[in-house]
Amino acid sequence: MSNVFIAFQTNEESRGIVEAILDDNSEATVNQQPAMVRVDSPGSLTINRTTVEEKLGRSFDLQELHVHLITLTGHIDETDEAFTLSWAN
Amino acid sequence: MQIDLRTVSINPLRQTFTHVEELIGPGKSASRYQEATLRVQADANFHYRPTWDPDHQIFDPTRTAIAMANWYAFKDPRQYYYGTYTIARARMQETAEADFEFVEQRGLAASFADDSKQLALDVLLPLRHVAWGANMNNSSICAYGYGTAITAPCIFQAMDQLGIAQYLTRVGLLLGSPESLDTAKDAWLDAPEWQELRRYVEDTFVVKDWFELYVAQNLVLDGLLFPLIYDKFDAALTLKAGPTVSMLVRFPTEWYAETSKWVDATVKTAAAESPENAAALSGWVTAWRDRAIAAVAPLATLALGDAGAGALADVTATFNARAAKAGLSV
Repeated sequence: MSNVFIAFQTNEESRGIVEAILDDNSEATVNQQPAMVRVDSPGSLTINRTTVEEKLGRSFDLQELHVHLITLTGHIDETDEAFTLSWAN
Repeated sequence: MQIDLRTVSINPLRQTFTHVEELIGPGKSASRYQEATLRVQADANFHYRPTWDPDHQIFDPTRTAIAMANWYAFKDPRQYYYGTYTIARARMQETAEADFEFVEQRGLAASFADDSKQLALDVLLPLRHVAWGANMNNSSICAYGYGTAITAPCIFQAMDQLGIAQYLTRVGLLLGSPESLDTAKDAWLDAPEWQELRRYVEDTFVVKDWFELYVAQNLVLDGLLFPLIYDKFDAALTLKAGPTVSMLVRFPTEWYAETSKWVDATVKTAAAESPENAAALSGWVTAWRDRAIAAVAPLATLALGDAGAGALADVTATFNARAAKAGLSV
């Protein structure tokens, strides 16, 4: 199965997002690069709003992740609650 | 000459301070909240015991019946340290200031029905003395408590309560006059419906066990008073005379929703530590809850008339469910 991945700038906010991804996607792996953090996951990858909120300790709008986003692969399915990358389509 | 550009990855030798690493595990990077909180409590190199309490060290974990193997097990779900706390409160204050400005500019206070205005003054203004009491109590918890993870949020809580007292004062000045504040103080000191609540607040001033004080103030009294006033009374007043006062008390309303998450997390952590802790906490909650219900009952009647008893029963049921969810038997 092909991987999907998502890459963020390394900062205080994206740390919480990456922790949330790792909690919710057991097969995801982190790849730390200079000033960038990339998360790979086989098949699909989901970011849940509630998990990110727990990690950041405040309310979070999933649209906020675009501020830190560098690049991604996969088809996007985005709702208020979850942001999912996959090759499902 | 040819220059080749290449990326060199430099791995830092350490991710965070050693004392933080000891708590979160090796090789992990720590958040700002963790670095500003973990192991910040001073615990060594005090030569003398305080003359005012020779049985304890200056900072001593045994000043409460609650025992914790690790005092940094308490986590603030809001992750407040000085920076995040001041930013969050500055935002809330900006909104509150805008609300006050709106009410003043549109003359909404003047057009608010007279009997409802009087009722709002009678119910809300004496509460500034309760908020000041909460400020004293949280300062006391911060002074005698142990572990930055719990004492730091308590001093934030103390400042917030002072802010609430100031907002209530401004509500009084906006709806009434400086004399309204004197009238409210007289009511707080002499009017029979306030005396039980005043006794509760003044009795908490002399509670020695700081965790008991935490329960009596932040969990029990706030947990009954805030929903009663800023939810039930506010809704009734809005229905009767419009949302002017509701706008003015926006800060305490939003603040309560936010801080109760932290209070719940703290109590839950302490109760989960050991059956002894859970038993002590349950005992405190039961005892202080019964006193608090008696203390706010006259206030419920003053605020809501005949509906007061029903509203208080509602609030109590919600409170009991909340305590049960935190792992207490009440």
